[in-house]
Amino acid sequence: MSTKFIKSKFWVEDIKEEMMAEVPISVVEPWQKDKELKYVGKPESRKDAYDKVSGTAEYTFDKSFSQIAVAKTLRSPYPNAVIKKIDVSEAIKNKNVLGILTPDNCKDNDWYSGTSKLLDKKVRYNGDEIACIVAETEQDAEEALRLIKIEYEILPHVTDLEKAKLDTAAKINDHELKPREYNRGNLEEGLKEADIIVEDKFSTSVAVHNPLEPHCSVVKWDGEKLLVFDSTQGIWAVRDTVASQLGIPASNVRVIKKYMGGGFGGKLECGKYTVMAALLSKKIGRPVKIVLDRKEMNQAVGNRPSSVQELKIGAKKDGSITAISHNAYGTAGAFPGSAGCSWPARSLYKCPNMKLVDTTYYINAGKDRPFRAPGHVQGTFAFESIIDEAAEKLGMDPIEFRVKNFTAVDPDWNGPYTSKLLREAYIAGADKIRWKENRKKAGFGGGIVKTGYGMASQIWWGGGAPPSYAILKLNWDGSAELVSGTQDIGTGTYTILAQIVAEVLEIPTRKINVVLGDTGVCPFGAMSGGSMTAPSVGPAARDAAEKMLSKLKSAAAAILELSEDKLEYSEGVFSSKDDRSKTADFSKLFGHFREGVLVTQGAREANPEGYAINTFGAQFAKVDVNTLTGKVCVKHVVAAHDIGRVLNRKTLNNQFHGGIMMGLGFALLEERVIDNYTGKLLTTNLLDYKLPTIIETPEIDVIIVSEEDNKVNNIGAKGIGEPAMIPTAGAIANAVYNAIGVRIKDLPITPDKVLNALASKNN
Amino acid sequence: MIQISFILNGKKVKLETDENRRLIDILREDFSLTGTKEGCSIGECGACTIIMNKLAVNSCLVLAGQLIDSEILTIEGVSENGKLNVLQENFLKYGAVQCGYCTPGMIMSIYALLLKNNNPADEEIKEAIAGNLCRCTGYKQIIDAARATADTDMITDLSQ
Ligand code: FES
Ligand code: FES
Repeated sequence: MSTKFIKSKFWVEDIKEEMMAEVPISVVEPWQKDKELKYVGKPESRKDAYDKVSGTAEYTFDKSFSQIAVAKTLRSPYPNAVIKKIDVSEAIKNKNVLGILTPDNCKDNDWYSGTSKLLDKKVRYNGDEIACIVAETEQDAEEALRLIKIEYEILPHVTDLEKAKLDTAAKINDHELKPREYNRGNLEEGLKEADIIVEDKFSTSVAVHNPLEPHCSVVKWDGEKLLVFDSTQGIWAVRDTVASQLGIPASNVRVIKKYMGGGFGGKLECGKYTVMAALLSKKIGRPVKIVLDRKEMNQAVGNRPSSVQELKIGAKKDGSITAISHNAYGTAGAFPGSAGCSWPARSLYKCPNMKLVDTTYYINAGKDRPFRAPGHVQGTFAFESIIDEAAEKLGMDPIEFRVKNFTAVDPDWNGPYTSKLLREAYIAGADKIRWKENRKKAGFGGGIVKTGYGMASQIWWGGGAPPSYAILKLNWDGSAELVSGTQDIGTGTYTILAQIVAEVLEIPTRKINVVLGDTGVCPFGAMSGGSMTAPSVGPAARDAAEKMLSKLKSAAAAILELSEDKLEYSEGVFSSKDDRSKTADFSKLFGHFREGVLVTQGAREANPEGYAINTFGAQFAKVDVNTLTGKVCVKHVVAAHDIGRVLNRKTLNNQFHGGIMMGLGFALLEERVIDNYTGKLLTTNLLDYKLPTIIETPEIDVIIVSEEDNKVNNIGAKGIGEPAMIPTAGAIANAVYNAIGVRIKDLPITPDKVLNALASKNN
Repeated sequence: MIQISFILNGKKVKLETDENRRLIDILREDFSLTGTKEGCSIGECGACTIIMNKLAVNSCLVLAGQLIDSEILTIEGVSENGKLNVLQENFLKYGAVQCGYCTPGMIMSIYALLLKNNNPADEEIKEAIAGNLCRCTGYKQIIDAARATADTDMITDLSQ
């Protein structure tokens, strides 16, 4: 036995997961700091870039089969209603309409933790699924949807968070959402000890993922076997949901994801549309494609919950924080979810006394889903804002105040971190943006356009964890194939895994093919979310490659009739240390094998015991605020982070730039708007729901202050997807305050809010 | 139904189709040119950008009737025999691609700019892709790739 089972504990978002995982018994040593790596860390171009720039990359959206039919969903126009009667007689008259699913003929399957059905007669938001029609063309399906006649009993709705809090609010879901409370020390005592107390209230809007490729699935039955192409961040989640919803063995469902156009958390779980397409496809005996349009994307497939955050901080004159109180509430839609966002307050700084409460309320709107750094983006904005307020009240520089409250151990349980270079990040970032020279007192500058500087810190998990496995196949010609059931959602997983294998076997990355995203052929691999992928799957790939090298070495020793310790390996050739003429390359070795391919399986090792594993960083923003128009223009963002080893500088830059732009969108532009009177979603397209463009793009510098984190896993790397985005909005908000001397406490910081704030300041 | 003929990636093509069909559907469904992507269907994301009569346009907003005697160039038409053009090579080299869904549209927008102006200022490049949304990469690397291509001055008009 070269593996054993352990209880793997790790954080996914703010939930502590515990699951059994098979891990290798003998653990591969991480690469030492001074070892010069040939492939890992190099800015290799993406392995999949050719397909993507040439237009040949086939996304789920592009997938088609002969005889394919198209499905479309009927969604509730009302935010809260009971369906009394559905009449589909007109809709199915058209011969091009092939099949229909309604609550009347659909299996009574539970959805949303049993609080709803796949198709429910109770609809709880504008966009809730009512029926699904499959037809020859999209147009046929859409026309047929319009012919379905429905009798609704319309119920009172609530979409306004403040109204949802009231006892009198209409009941939306029977499942009770309990507040989450965390206490450390004694808050009241901590406040008593404080020399200064700052108190404030912040809020953030609901944001929507809006990846460019819509959510879509293409399904095809082959007898009892179901093939599902899905634009997903989690092939196993889709497989298991589809199998259990359909009541068929998981082994009969094969889920494939090759290329996909982004996810950001919204595609981590299986959508109803995939299950409905599979049911309809079975019914009509033809492959079915289902694609959500942009309106559906904004209604029904997840969002980042809103937040209202009441914060209070007490500190001593010397700057040490004595107490933190964080009372947050928000909404995660009409079904069980979480709007919790107090984690940054709990973990960023040393503080002996705190009370944190997170409450989630139902409203009649689409359910939340994890969205790039769940809880942390909104939590960090508010918490790092009040930290700046406290620093100002104490007359301290924001960085000095943060360093004063730096904690070298996890403040929750006093365990050491595998690494924490947050202070180094402050120094590097401040240096780059010339913090000392450039930053003036808040509201100091004259003129119409005022410039300001701000910063914010970041903490996230991101160390990865077992279980994740990889199979490596080495061919007679020295080419290799790495197979793992994770997915590359655009982040660069194909490329970094090839680099890791190349590093160990010393063969060029162009000879390594990486196969991901297929439950039919891959061993289990991590979901692509939570900054988990690289640090979970990367070490499994390295383990598989190291096992391959050992296997080859023992073969070479047998063939050359030497003991293994007398052998050296370099770039595909084993040679005797004593006699250079004695060599064996791949073709010589394989000449002795029956098979033309050798196979090993690697696994992600266990995480180290007794350590906290986190990523850290700080971002600095320079903004210009036009005091006549209220427009905020971000000029420069410097990101300085501790994320362990850089695996590929090119893909890392993409991740950071993209994360910063998404943070900028959240800070200045993005906001889901529902009309509270009708309960209807207003931001149904990409004009009303504004994403940042090239026009908003600032100068961006990315500094990585870590060389490796060799305690965390055998590749010394941590994930970067979430860290890249977490502090951006906080840094921008602090910079806006520094520019105009009045704080905007509600995101996004739109021109009207800036002008109102300036007007109230002047009065 | 109407009869239309137009030039698609350098070849004359004929087609009988409904007048109200969108160019994006004609390209993807009738010619299997799936390199042109759809992100919003209403002219807001630029994923469906192609070049029509030397101008970058959103193919989700062009109807069949408008195609008569036009010249259409798609992402599949800018590389020859599987060999990437300089702009595509630079997208690779400068890391201007992440999920890649916006990439064909980005390339076509920049390609159209370079066709009429082989030495654009950065501001002109930005303007050319101001209607192309990318949710993944940020935009810096895309500008770098366009800049490098403009500087090499090697793009040729394949549609001629
Ligand atoms: S699909 Fe045409 S602009 Fe978005
Ligand atoms: S690379 Fe994903 S949308 Fe641009």
